Amino acid sequence: MFDFDEIASLKPFALDREAKESLFLRALGDLTAFHRQRCGDYRRIVDGLGFDASRVRDVLDFPFIPAGLFKMRDLSSVDRSLVIKTVTSSGTTGQAASRIFLDRNTAASQTKALVRIVSDFIGNKRLPMLIVDSRDVLKNRASFSARGAGILGFSMLGRDVTYILDERMDLDFNATESFLERHAGEDILLFGFTFMIWEYLYKALRRAGKWLPIERGVMIHGGGWKKLQSEAVSPDAFKDALRDVCGLRRVYNYYGTAEQTGSIFMECCEGRLHCSVFSDIAIRDHRDFSPCQVGTSGLIEMISLLPRSYPGHVILTEDLGRLTGIDDCPCGRLGKTFSVEGRIPRAETRGCSDTYEKRHA
Amino acid sequence: MKNVTPDHIVWLVGDGLPPARPMPPYSDVVCRFLGELSRDLLQNRANREFPDVAAFAFFCRRGNTEKLKEGFRDGRRRLGRGLAFHITPSNIPINFAFSLVFGLLAGNSNVVRVPTKDWPQVGIVCRAVRELLTKPEYGELAPLISMVRYERSDEITAYFSGRCDARVIWGGDEAVSSVRKIPIPPRAVELTFADRYSCCAISADAVLRAGEDELRRLADAFYNDTFLVDQNACSSPSLIVWLGAQAQEARGRFWPAVERSASRYRLEPAHATEKYTLLCDCLASGEDIRRVTMSGNLIYRAELSGVGGVEAYRGRLGVFFEYDAASIDELAGCVTNKWQTLSYYGLDAEELAAFVTGGRLSGIDRIVPVGAALDIGVIWDGYDIVSVLSRIVSF
Repeated sequence: MFDFDEIASLKPFALDREAKESLFLRALGDLTAFHRQRCGDYRRIVDGLGFDASRVRDVLDFPFIPAGLFKMRDLSSVDRSLVIKTVTSSGTTGQAASRIFLDRNTAASQTKALVRIVSDFIGNKRLPMLIVDSRDVLKNRASFSARGAGILGFSMLGRDVTYILDERMDLDFNATESFLERHAGEDILLFGFTFMIWEYLYKALRRAGKWLPIERGVMIHGGGWKKLQSEAVSPDAFKDALRDVCGLRRVYNYYGTAEQTGSIFMECCEGRLHCSVFSDIAIRDHRDFSPCQVGTSGLIEMISLLPRSYPGHVILTEDLGRLTGIDDCPCGRLGKTFSVEGRIPRAETRGCSDTYEKRHA
Repeated sequence: MKNVTPDHIVWLVGDGLPPARPMPPYSDVVCRFLGELSRDLLQNRANREFPDVAAFAFFCRRGNTEKLKEGFRDGRRRLGRGLAFHITPSNIPINFAFSLVFGLLAGNSNVVRVPTKDWPQVGIVCRAVRELLTKPEYGELAPLISMVRYERSDEITAYFSGRCDARVIWGGDEAVSSVRKIPIPPRAVELTFADRYSCCAISADAVLRAGEDELRRLADAFYNDTFLVDQNACSSPSLIVWLGAQAQEARGRFWPAVERSASRYRLEPAHATEKYTLLCDCLASGEDIRRVTMSGNLIYRAELSGVGGVEAYRGRLGVFFEYDAASIDELAGCVTNKWQTLSYYGLDAEELAAFVTGGRLSGIDRIVPVGAALDIGVIWDGYDIVSVLSRIVSF
């Protein structure tokens, strides 16, 4: 098995195409063999699909597990007794949640990778940190929503971590203002989910007619634009709005999922999402899953070197996106870059078993 | 319960609860009405893009109802049961129309709940029925037909259920179970169409013997049974049983032909991930899938080493499970009452029927040639629908 710490010690965006390909060929080979040995479901799938390790020539030759399968089956490569955390994500409202099983080792890798990736954008120093959410999200330590897992992961990056929403999702002005007084003149890190920031920070400040002095802040947000798109809020409008209510200028979006927590894809100042040394991406044509060229839209396949406790190192998502380049981002970071277009549109399936349709909340 | 307001119900045909005024099965007025409906539907050029409307119209024509009437005659005197309440599926646009026709042929007044989804077919049929009912010669029929649309509402369903003499529930197990919680009067009968499982048996020799034209016809017929409805109808086959020594060679001819027929099939990105997830779930769940062959994402084939737990392998969107058998009798052990349609190619229907009845199987209600799996009729799911929806007056 490849040495994860060795990879974690590399600069996260310094490998060019060739170096990365050879690293990932070996590491994914190790991971695929590892999970094949330890997870019966995974073995039956890759064997059934006719995967033959000796015929792998390319990173894209490794079998991918559909994200939806984590909603249908408990996929795990460790003994249940070693699972310290189960992360759940509902994906789309009203659907079954996926369940991701983490052991100590994988959870630690996630934290390590996250710190390495984010540090490349905000520096190595631990900054005073505001979290735009309620502490209540973390109540159950053994079973996490993806939101809880994200918050806990990112909170490792800061100090004096302060949650600024109360249990009713109201902005706690006292806590926020006293935090800002405490750290006047310092750089500040903010983290939250895109929708929460918009709904409970931006709108609350707007409503109260208040302005917060966070000009020296760096904000990292993720979780998708879906809910904001329904309010017709574009990424640029989002940034402008935050500048208006608290002077924030450095705002970074990221793309990540519960199935591959830790190895997130950060958006650089050029607006491209970046693969790191821990991750890679492929875009596949939905008609035959063949790889798409740069610029062509298709299904996003996510690759991560982190998952050991569950077979989630190569996942076919239900999101559409396109590659924007390889090793050529003007920001200077190497690796593949891409953009996300959002979830695949729902499709009607004909058939006869749905007369008395269930009502969705 | 009385205060069901019309706000919640859209009356597409009729404007209230039809009275129970039973007619004899296959009454002249009903057959004349259906014959004229058939002509109206076929004459309207705009309907040509809907093959299912055409198939429905074809079913309604006078010649067909006369033939069915002949087949139904058993010397007994019958009448409809009264008011039939039909709950029809959302995802098969034309099914509601057939359900209405079965109710009428049996001699009943009808309330039909049409799909909540706004299929053009619903509008086409309802408009034609409405217009025809304004003619004086159908004056006696007009009050007996109501077509309604409403969002799922137990209250409205209870209103109609409490007043019907027969309830017809189409749809899956879940739909049937939830509607069944709503009571019907003690005397009322109920017809339920639950989830079913279907298979297709193919003679390898016949496929190898078929000329190119015949092969194309077979592939198109198979396409109509499966892809045309996302392989998601109860009678769409999930299991393909190959009979004969040269199954491997026959597959090599058959599937490329199906692929050509299915090239018109539009696989949405959401379908592609759903289909791949289904395949992976099946692979993960058992050891009896020997290998998988994928032609792009259009056709997924899984070769089975046994048919013990085959019912768990339910295909959708073009996922087929294949099994090579020396004889159809190999299936006898695994056929349960969930099995509905056995479609066949190059085999003798008589022999297949003997396999079911002689083997005293719990399932398989229909044996039809490939291409006819979706052809609905008055005999369905093992019921003689017209018979169940009517009563015998003995003397």
